[in-house]
Amino acid sequence: MKQETELGQQAGQNIMMTARNVSVFYGGKMAVNDVSIDISKDDVTAFIGPSGCGKSTFLRSFNRMNDTIPNARVEGRIELDGEDIYASGMDVVQLRARVGMVFQKPNPFPKSIYENVAYGPRIHGLAAGKTALDEIVQRSLRRAGLWEEVKDRLTDSGTALSGGQQQRLCIARAIAVDPEVILMDEPASALDPIATAKIEELIHELRGRYAIVIVTHNMQQAARVSQRTAFFHLGNLVEYGDTSQIFTNPRETRTKDYITGRYG
Amino acid sequence: MRNPSLSLTAILLLVLGLGLAGWFAARAKARAFARPGETRPHSLPSYHGWYVLLWAVLPALLFLGVWSSVSGGLVMQAVMDSPAAANLPGFEMQRQAIFTEARALADGTKTAAFNPQATALAPVFAEATTRYTIIATVVALLLAFSGGAFAFTRVSPGFRARTKVERLVMAALLIASLIAILTTLGIVASLLFEALRFFSMVSPIEFLFGLNWSPQTAIRADQAGSSGAFGAIPLFWGTIFIGAIIAMIVAIPLGLMSAIFLTQYASATVRRWMKPLLEILAGVPTVVYGYFAALTVAPAVRGFAVALGIPGSSESALAAGLVMGIMIIPFVSSMADDSIAAVPQAMRDGSLALGATSSETIKKVLVPAALPGVVGGVLLAVSRAIGETMIVVMAAGLAANLTINPFESVTTVTTQIVQLLTGDQEFDSPKTLAAFALGLVLFIVTLLLNIVALRVVKKYREAYE
Ligand SMILES: Nc1ncnc2c1ncn2[C@@H]1O[C@H](COP(=O)(O)OP(=O)(O)OP(=O)(O)O)[C@@H](O)[C@H]1O
Ligand SMILES: [Mg+2]
Repeated sequence: MKQETELGQQAGQNIMMTARNVSVFYGGKMAVNDVSIDISKDDVTAFIGPSGCGKSTFLRSFNRMNDTIPNARVEGRIELDGEDIYASGMDVVQLRARVGMVFQKPNPFPKSIYENVAYGPRIHGLAAGKTALDEIVQRSLRRAGLWEEVKDRLTDSGTALSGGQQQRLCIARAIAVDPEVILMDEPASALDPIATAKIEELIHELRGRYAIVIVTHNMQQAARVSQRTAFFHLGNLVEYGDTSQIFTNPRETRTKDYITGRYG
Repeated sequence: MRNPSLSLTAILLLVLGLGLAGWFAARAKARAFARPGETRPHSLPSYHGWYVLLWAVLPALLFLGVWSSVSGGLVMQAVMDSPAAANLPGFEMQRQAIFTEARALADGTKTAAFNPQATALAPVFAEATTRYTIIATVVALLLAFSGGAFAFTRVSPGFRARTKVERLVMAALLIASLIAILTTLGIVASLLFEALRFFSMVSPIEFLFGLNWSPQTAIRADQAGSSGAFGAIPLFWGTIFIGAIIAMIVAIPLGLMSAIFLTQYASATVRRWMKPLLEILAGVPTVVYGYFAALTVAPAVRGFAVALGIPGSSESALAAGLVMGIMIIPFVSSMADDSIAAVPQAMRDGSLALGATSSETIKKVLVPAALPGVVGGVLLAVSRAIGETMIVVMAAGLAANLTINPFESVTTVTTQIVQLLTGDQEFDSPKTLAAFALGLVLFIVTLLLNIVALRVVKKYREAYE
């Protein structure tokens, strides 16, 4: 454990979020075991590991989405900009505005494209008027690389878009509330290669503006989009380091075995 | 064989017995050629059995079915032709009475006759009945036997008994489903027929758009004020006022909110208890709601009206509407529950992850997404409410008032149908026939509501699949 903690603290200069000794339980069952990690502001961090190792569970503890699961319990400390997000004074609504999330399966609301993007700003009262809201919607769609494709049909239903477009709409929706961190749980796993490439390109463009954490099963994807990679196994953080180092020169045999496809 | 119905049972049993024997015989025959090593027969032995059984039983049953409807006439014919019937009274009613008595004597349901002529006719009846029963028995058994024998000769390894039996099973299922449809058509046809008779006496324009409803004056043509008024608007209004307005004002918010509570806030335990409890409401007989409305709610509503300084009657639209609303809650809530539960969890997560609160998520995502299903549920509930009878009969009143004052008594289509058809009625006066016209309107409206509701619900289901 000592070693992992040190590893976790070796992140880049600008630290956005830190997790210290975080464990997550579903009822009595432990899904994440004493994980400590630093999330850098300027990098894309990838979580990799075999199915069921707790990547999603851990990711969801960064914006307290585990709160929505009745029997889930989080222990340890997670900070956003030095603030304990599980402290009693922390407002979940505020937290989730600052830490956005994109899900595995695109989940646009059954509303118009415009309304999908405007949803967050409306809830948080970010736009003073119609023009301000229009501007936010347009900017978010542009950043999500979707504007050119949908600018003439903003009133169409979001669910009428293709899978890849839907996922970019969901990213636009997350961007619209101007978060500091974006969590992505296998954002491209339901998409075809071309749509996947678009999402990866988008992640590249968003890097630097937002701290991004991405869960992926796709080794090449992790290698392509991330600068930092964390490898999980059976609820434990096995190894965390620069992506180039993890993929070329892993310290742990378990990491090496996984990356070379010996299990997973 | 004195009682013809008893003998019919006996024939049936005989035919079935023959069929059963055929089943065993055919199965045995089929088993004999189904020996291992040889090419496998097309059908299992039992299918051959069924094939023979059906051939033995069905033609005989068909014959018996036809027979049971014509045998009465045949017996009658025989009796009429007999010399004993030569000097019967010419007056039809008297003659019928004698025949009835004679038949009862012949059956043994009566031992002594009031009319001596009946006593004379009784043996003729008995003799004719016996003769025809014997004929029927012989024909039925012959049919059963030859049908079974024919089928039995066809039993061979290559014979496709399974295909034939399956086809018959399908036909039977088709007929079963047709019965429901045909019954509906029959009901519609009879409604339509009677309603047309009504409209030949009262113009549809007057009926559909007239503002004055007082059918009670039109009992006999020679009475004063014989021309009743058949303007059904007050009835339609009363129905809509109670079933679609007051009841829905109660049922939609309560039903929707309880659905939201049950799907979003209630713990699994609470849900496990509350959902069935709520559904019990739907199982309470409507007559119970009726006296709850009449005895408890109506006086309370009246007291309330009086306290407000409004003269209220003991029967009111509000009392009936409130209770009907309560009755309808389970319909709305269970449809709303289903459609909210059908909104994918991902939708909810997506909203929560954007920082929306639970209630914002419900208001802005779940309910809008579930809305088509909820609307469908409400439409079904309305169609249920406007067809509901007991509550309004007991609590809404009979006065055909065209009013928007909920404390006043109004009447509904169903109440009036009950009114028009209870008691001694002539079935050719417009007063009685009006009930069928009202029934037709109710039927059409309910049907349309149901069609629209099911469309809406179905379309919405497709959206998520
Ligand atoms: N809602 C839940 N209730 C109970 N147990 C859960 C729940 N969600 C996940 N788990 C369990 O927690 C463990 C970690 O699950 P998690 O979804 O975090 O894994 P994962 O690494 O994201 O897997 P995958 O790569 O397949 O998405 C698994 O054993 C899983 O069965
Ligand atoms: Mg996962």
